[in-house]
Amino acid sequence: MSVRIGVVVFPGTNCELDVLEGVERVGASGELLWHADADLHGVDAVVVPGGFAHGDYLRTGAIARFSPIMDSVRAFADAGGPVVGICNGFQVLTEAGLLPGALQKNAGLKFLCETATLRVETAASALTLLARPGDELRIPINHFEGNYVCDPATLERLRADERIVLRYVDNPNGSLDDIAGICSEGRNVVGLMPHPERASDTLLGSTDGVVLLRSLVAAAVADLAATG
Amino acid sequence: MEPLHRRLGMTDAEYEAVLGELDRAPTDLELAMYSVMWSEHCSYKSSRRYLRRFPTAAPWVLVGPGEGAGVVDVGDSIAIAVRIESHNHPSAVEPYQGAATGVGGIIRDIFSMGARPIALMDPLRFGDLTDARTRYLFEGVVAGISGYGNAVGVPTVGGEVVFDDAYRGNPLVNVLCLGVLPKERLVLARAEGVGNLAVLLGASTGRDGIGGASVLASAGFEEGSEQKRPSVQVGDPFEEKKLIEACLALLDAGLAVGVQDLGAAGLSCAASETAAKAGVGMDVDVARVKHREPGMTPVEIMTSESQERMLAIVRPEDLAEVMALCDRWEITASVVGRVTATGRFRVYEGLFDATGVPGANPAPPTGDGPVALSSDAAALADVPAGSLGDGPDYDRPVTRPPGQDRRVADDPWPELHRRFPAGTDLSGELLALLATPTIADKSWISRQYDHQLFLNTVIGPGGDAAVLRVKGTRNALALSTDCNGRYCALEPAIGARLAVLEAARNVSCSGARPIALVNCLNFGNPEHPEVMWQFAEVVDGMSAACEQLQIPVIGGNVSFYNESRGSDIPPTPVVGVIGLVENLTAVPPSVPLAPGCRIVVLGATRAELGGSEWAVRHGLVNGRPPAADVATAAALHDVVRALVADRAVASVHDCSEGGLAVALAEMAIQGETGFRVDLGNVAGDDIDVVAACFSESASRVVVAVEPARLAEVTRRAGEGGVPVMEIGGSGGDRLIAEGAFDLSLADATHAWRDAIPNALGVATSS
Repeated sequence: MSVRIGVVVFPGTNCELDVLEGVERVGASGELLWHADADLHGVDAVVVPGGFAHGDYLRTGAIARFSPIMDSVRAFADAGGPVVGICNGFQVLTEAGLLPGALQKNAGLKFLCETATLRVETAASALTLLARPGDELRIPINHFEGNYVCDPATLERLRADERIVLRYVDNPNGSLDDIAGICSEGRNVVGLMPHPERASDTLLGSTDGVVLLRSLVAAAVADLAATG
Repeated sequence: MEPLHRRLGMTDAEYEAVLGELDRAPTDLELAMYSVMWSEHCSYKSSRRYLRRFPTAAPWVLVGPGEGAGVVDVGDSIAIAVRIESHNHPSAVEPYQGAATGVGGIIRDIFSMGARPIALMDPLRFGDLTDARTRYLFEGVVAGISGYGNAVGVPTVGGEVVFDDAYRGNPLVNVLCLGVLPKERLVLARAEGVGNLAVLLGASTGRDGIGGASVLASAGFEEGSEQKRPSVQVGDPFEEKKLIEACLALLDAGLAVGVQDLGAAGLSCAASETAAKAGVGMDVDVARVKHREPGMTPVEIMTSESQERMLAIVRPEDLAEVMALCDRWEITASVVGRVTATGRFRVYEGLFDATGVPGANPAPPTGDGPVALSSDAAALADVPAGSLGDGPDYDRPVTRPPGQDRRVADDPWPELHRRFPAGTDLSGELLALLATPTIADKSWISRQYDHQLFLNTVIGPGGDAAVLRVKGTRNALALSTDCNGRYCALEPAIGARLAVLEAARNVSCSGARPIALVNCLNFGNPEHPEVMWQFAEVVDGMSAACEQLQIPVIGGNVSFYNESRGSDIPPTPVVGVIGLVENLTAVPPSVPLAPGCRIVVLGATRAELGGSEWAVRHGLVNGRPPAADVATAAALHDVVRALVADRAVASVHDCSEGGLAVALAEMAIQGETGFRVDLGNVAGDDIDVVAACFSESASRVVVAVEPARLAEVTRRAGEGGVPVMEIGGSGGDRLIAEGAFDLSLADATHAWRDAIPNALGVATSS
C-alpha cells in the first residue's frame, strides 16, 4: 500500500493539485484535506501547500492558522508525523507556531517567480532524508513574502541544532542567513519557500525537487514503522 | 441642464430609438440601462458590421465569437476556452486596479464557460520610459497584473510589452485568458427554463464602476482624468478565487443550467443577455441584491460594475444545494431574478422572497428598511429583453487619411543607407537596439508573475510562444500575442496581416499548428473617419490572412476611443494565436543558442526598413511595412513546425523587431554562447549587409543546427519551398557578423538585461 499524503486546502490555496501531482509522481497517493474539517482521515504525512490562504488578508497565514484542521495538524506533528509547509504553507506553519520565525516581504519589495539554487544543509529532516548535505538543487521560488526573519536567539538555536535545512546559494529575497527552509526540533516539521513540486518533471525544466518529495515519503514510511 | 440621455452619453437619435422601442418615454432606470448597453463598449455599434467579415468556422470550433469565450476541441474530450479583452482606460486612470480588474474580468469570462482558467497573457503598450508618468503607469499595471493574477491563482505565461510615445496618454492593457474544460462541462450563458432562478454569486454590489462601460470605455480621453477614478472598479482576487472554485463545482455537480459573468453594465447586461439569448424574459428584484452601502438606488444597483460577481441560472429544486455549495466556499449567493415566458426584461424593487417565490416579504438583505413585497408592484423597468443587447448599428464614414500615400512612399532605407554605408561598424547600433525597452529583456516584468502554477508551463515568458502541456492528453498548446502598431499605422491591412503571420510563426516555432485566433482591436475615435478607415483595413487584412492560413477567429474585443489630447493611438490590432503541439514528450528547442551548431536563416531577407525599430531609432518613422505574403508564410510555418517536431534543429527563434542582428543576439544572450556569421549572403534580393542586419522582412526564422543534420535541414527547407541559407556557426564569447558588428557577449547581455531596470532607476540583480 502506498503512503498517503494529505494536502490541506484553505480557500485561496492554489498549489494543492500541483502537490498532489508531485507526490503521486514519487509513488505516494495524495488526498485533499478541507480546512474546515478537523479530520486528517488517517494520512501518513501532511503538506500545507502554496497559494494565498484566505487571500493572505491581515497577514500571510494569519487567518489560516485558526482553521479547524490546524489543531489536528499540530497534534499530528506533536506525535512525530511528517508535516511540510511549502511557500504559503511555510507562512501558515510559522503563524501556527509549528515553526519559529516569520516571513516578511522580499528585500526588493517585488514578487519573485524564478528558479533559485538551494544548498542542502542537513539530511536530518523529513524533507531531506534522501538528499546529501552540500547537494545543490535548482528549484523555483514564487513569493512576495519569503524573507525569513527571527530573533537572534532563535537563529542561534537553529544553527546550533542544524535545523536550517536549505539555504539559498544566491539569496534572492533578503532572508536571514540565506535561509530557504527550516525544520522543527523534532525534525519532522519542515517549512520552505521554494516549490519542490515545480521541479518534478523534465518537461518542466528540472527534477531537482524529486529528492525532496521522495524524502517526505521516506519520512512517512519511517514514522509508520516507528509508531506501528 | 442637459437632458438625461445626453448626460448618460447617448445621442438624441439613440434616445429616439429608445422611444421607438418602448412606445413611451423611458423611466430613468430604463434610460440608464439603455445608455450602458448601447454604449460602444457593450454594443459594438461602430464595429459590428465589420466583424462579420472574419472567418469563424472550422470543424474543431465548438463556440465562436459572441459568447463569453471562444471554445475549440483539442482532442481527448478536452476543449479550451480563450478570450482577450482590453482594460485600457481604467488602467490609464488607476493603473493597479485597472489592470487587476482587467485580469479578473477576463478570468470570469473563461470560467463562465465551464473552463478552468490556466493561463494569462498580457499584451501591453506604454509611452516612452523616459516619461515619469509612463513609468508610474507601467509599474502600476505590472503590479496590478502580478497582485491579482498571482493571488487568484492563474499563471501569467507570456505577453508582450511595447514602449512607444504614441501610447503615452493612452496606454493599452490587453489581457488574454485560456482555460481548459472537459467537453461535457461546456455551458453557455443561457437563462433556459421558465421558472428557473437567477442567483447572484460573489461580491456584494457597491457604487464602484458605475458607468465604466459608457463613461470610461466609450468616450474620448484626456490626461488628468483622475476625476474618472470612481468609474474604475476595485478588485478582490480572493473573492474571485473562491468564485472560480464555487462555479466550477456547481457545474461539475450539474447545478447550473447557465452561467454569466457580470462585467460591463453589470447586472443589466448579465440578466438581460442570458434571457435574450434563451429567448425568454426575466424579472429582477433589486431588493434582493446585497449592497455594500446603504441607500443605493435601483439605477446604481442595475449598472454597478462591482467586480467578482457571477449570475447562475438554477432550477428551483436545486436551490438549497446551490446555497450549501456556496456556503462551503464562503461565497454570498442570493436569488435576484426569475426566468419568465414574457420575453420582457423587468426590474422591480420587492417582488419575491429569498427563494424567488412571491410571498410575504422578509426583511430585505441590505438594512435599508422593509420593502413592500407585491406581485402587483409596478415595474421600475419593463423592456423587450432583446432590445438592450440589440443596440444601434452604425455605418460610420470612412476616409483614407490624406498624406497616407506620402508616408508610405517615404522609404527610410535611402537615408539610412546614406548614413550607414556598407562597411560601417554597426556594433553600437546593435547595442542600442538591444537596450531599446521594446526589444530588451522583460524578465523584470515576468519575474513578478507566477508563470508556473498548475505545472503546465513547458516554455514560459521569453520564448517565441508560451508552451503549456494539456493535462489528460499528450498534447500541448502554444500561445503567442503579437502586433506591431507602427506597421499598422503605415498600412493597416498589411500590418494586420503581419500581426497574424507573426503570431502564427511564433507558435510554429514551438512545433505547433495554429488552430484558433482571438483579437483585441485597439483603435482611436471611431467618429474620426480616418480611424474607421484603419479599422476597415485591419479587419480586411486580418480576415484575409486568417482565411488563407485557415485559422478561425473564435473571439475578439473592440476598444475604440483610445485617444488623448486629440490624438488617436496607432491602430493596434493585437492578435493571440493558439497552436496545438501534438504528442509533446520533451521540451522543444527554443530561443537559447546551442554552441557548436551551424546557424541557418529560413526565409528571404529584403531591404525592408519601413516602420522598423532601427529606422525609428533614427527618427525615420515612415515607409512601407514589410511585405506580408501569406503563402510564403504558410510554407515557412510548415517547414519550421516539422523541423521542430522532429528535433532536427537545436535552437529556433522568430525574426521580428530589430531584424536578424537582434534575433541572433537574443539567441546568443539566452544561450550564453557567441556566434560568427556573414550576413552578406542571406537569401533574397541582393542587399547589403547593413540592411540585412536590421531589415524586418517577415516570414523569417533563425535556427541552429547540429552539423550532422545541416544537410537534412537544408534539403527539407528547399523541398518546402522556403529560401534557406547557412550564415555561420555558434560558439565563443563574441557576437560577430563579418563587416557589420563585433561585440562581446557580456556587453550585449548587459545592454539587453539592464535596459528596463535602468530606465526605472532600480538596481539590477547582476
